[in-house]
Amino acid sequence: MTFVEYKMLNPFQRFAYNFKKFFKGIPGAVAGFFKGVGNAIVKFFKGIAKGFANYGTTFVKGDWATKLSYLIFGVGDIHKGKVYKGILFFLVEVLYILYMVFFGWGFISKFGTLGTQATKTVYVNGFPHTEPGDNSMLILLYSVLTIVITVVVFAIYIANIKDAYKHQVMRANGEKPTGLKHDAKEFLDGKYHITLLSFPVLMICIFNILPLIFMILIAFTNYDKQHMPPGTLFTWVGFKNFGDLFHIVDGAKKGITFIKLTEWTIIWAILATFVNYILGMIVALMINKKGIKLKALWRTLFVIAIAVPQFVSLLLMNQMLATNGAINVLLTEITHLFGNEGLVEIQFLNSTPLMARATVVIVNLWVGIPYTILSMSGILMNIPEDLYESARIDGATPFKTFTAITLPYMIFVTTPQLITTFVGNINNFNVIYLLTQGGPSTQDYYQAGHTDILVTWLFKLSMTSQDYGLASAIGILVFIICGTISLIVYNNSKSMKDEEAFS
Amino acid sequence: MIKSYKLRRNIANAIIYVILAIMGIIWVSPFAYLLMHSFRAEGLITVNYLIPHEWTFQNYIDLFTVKGSLNFPRWLLNTFVVALFSCVICTISVLAVSYTFSRLRFKARKKLMNVGMILGMFPGFMTMIAIYYLLKAMGLDRNLVALVICYSSGAGLGFQISKGFFDTIPRALDEAATIDGANKNQIFWKIILPMSAPIIVYTVLTSFIGPWCDFILARIIMGDRRDLYTVAIGLFDMKSEEFINTYYKQFLAGSVIVAIPITTLFMIMQKYYVEGVTAGGVKG
Repeated sequence: MTFVEYKMLNPFQRFAYNFKKFFKGIPGAVAGFFKGVGNAIVKFFKGIAKGFANYGTTFVKGDWATKLSYLIFGVGDIHKGKVYKGILFFLVEVLYILYMVFFGWGFISKFGTLGTQATKTVYVNGFPHTEPGDNSMLILLYSVLTIVITVVVFAIYIANIKDAYKHQVMRANGEKPTGLKHDAKEFLDGKYHITLLSFPVLMICIFNILPLIFMILIAFTNYDKQHMPPGTLFTWVGFKNFGDLFHIVDGAKKGITFIKLTEWTIIWAILATFVNYILGMIVALMINKKGIKLKALWRTLFVIAIAVPQFVSLLLMNQMLATNGAINVLLTEITHLFGNEGLVEIQFLNSTPLMARATVVIVNLWVGIPYTILSMSGILMNIPEDLYESARIDGATPFKTFTAITLPYMIFVTTPQLITTFVGNINNFNVIYLLTQGGPSTQDYYQAGHTDILVTWLFKLSMTSQDYGLASAIGILVFIICGTISLIVYNNSKSMKDEEAFS
Repeated sequence: MIKSYKLRRNIANAIIYVILAIMGIIWVSPFAYLLMHSFRAEGLITVNYLIPHEWTFQNYIDLFTVKGSLNFPRWLLNTFVVALFSCVICTISVLAVSYTFSRLRFKARKKLMNVGMILGMFPGFMTMIAIYYLLKAMGLDRNLVALVICYSSGAGLGFQISKGFFDTIPRALDEAATIDGANKNQIFWKIILPMSAPIIVYTVLTSFIGPWCDFILARIIMGDRRDLYTVAIGLFDMKSEEFINTYYKQFLAGSVIVAIPITTLFMIMQKYYVEGVTAGGVKG
């Protein structure tokens, strides 16, 4: 379809066209995603190969100082007169060697086995005496740290060689290396990104990437209650945790729990996303309808529900839904009006799985609708007024303008957001955990209840039953699910493609 | 004809008012219940009627005076201090990262942005244990500094919204400043930041609110150091089976005390959020 043809469609047809295009695009996007991943991997290895080639040629072309930089950091720079940088490079090497000798090597050398000697109590002449052994957890943690540091030092090493060669070429051309003052100034201009990013990136490396690598590695170990260092050690088990999760036969509790919880997680995410979306849209339309007064008041009433911290509002909800809670009191008083004498004591959260699940979904309406209202209101106000005017002139009924303008516009604009919300709901920990803590509990599942979703199960496994290996495996799987969905949407979304269009 | 159209519209509006009013009541009534019962004098836990019979300030007074397993003023102070520090660090990180990605062009830019997005997709609970052990290895467990670190360390990953805002500031301004001899640092401080009030307020408020709402990580890090609790874990703890029978009404009062400032801040924040996002939306 050409641009002109597209412009000739009426809004509804346009929407239908876009809708069709979006869903038609999904297989292509999936394929594109895997192709992209493949390309990235190929590119990565090509980059490494190129790096090695450069590494070799630079060595051949380098003079004695550049060559010596391959062994001792910074020699090339010092020789060419860039003393301060050379000294910095040299210091990095010294510190790294000291670190490895006195600390890192002790851990990284045991990385393959994660320790062999557990801490135990031996009796020397009849007296108990603790003989310290290995600690798998610390070995893994510090090994990861050492690996990260090594990668960074390697990058500095390469930079040192490049720099040495650069200055060699500069000297051959008769140029002088820039001074400290000039370089420092450069960090406020040409290299300003390094100045701004160094602190946040450092924090992210230490407190996000390092723990993440650690936990990903944990997924391939048998770290659980039976293997608690320092008393007992844990070790590599390959894909056993993943195998457990996909081992679906009768009696294999972990596999059954995983499949059932995945099912519920997806049902939950669909319900929580789409029901909230539709109802929220209806309410937003009512609030924004022409002729409705006190718009700000109505909006505020709903927004309060999300403004109050969730642990307050949901704990309160949990309390109100108890057998003797406010909801049952209210129901009792209502039924009294109809001549009922007894107490209403509905067990919303603790009787049947269906009841608990329905309650969670309904309470989530209460939590979720305001979010939809908030985002929808903005969009509704952004619909160009002239669209409505021309429709009115053409004699369209209000219903017609709604189905032909408002609805398509809103659905089209909010589709990417809808999918982000979907991913958010897969990870919606608060609602489930604060309302039911996963209950009603059951013996059929491994450490989970009927309303548990994957992330709350993950949380329980790592907090209550200390099945760290299994929990990490689930985390990785959740990541794969969410990552695939988001990347597909992300690659499809206009705003990412046209990032530069407005700047 | 016109009359009947008007009548129909009025009926439709009346129905909408009724629906909105009913929904409004449903949405607000839990908080009304919370507020009323935080002033309730009689009964220990829940009561089988909706409106309290006797009203009192005692629950609030207890909350601030009873010591022992309950130390609400201290928790309030802890949370405030943690929120203040992490808010400063978060704001600096977020603004620095989003300015870099929006305005500066360098080789690894796209790659770093993708890495940031991928990191954000791992479930946060996965790394909690590792973070705890890491902090323990640093000797920072059971320490408020650890909380500040936890809340602000990942801040740089949340750059999308403010990057979107910076993207909408015309590049011609930067170029003009460059011609006048300004470097990137001066452009950031003297041109971009003064124009970014809505997004700065938004970032400050979101990062200030965060620590008040976290009841998971803080509990793992603080363990049994009750004097170092934040209000969120403190209140969560008061609702546990161990304390609920003693402190139910104080729990309600505490919830009100926390909810009021956070709700106010959120209301302010969402105004700025809408402003920031629609400022971006005008051109999109």
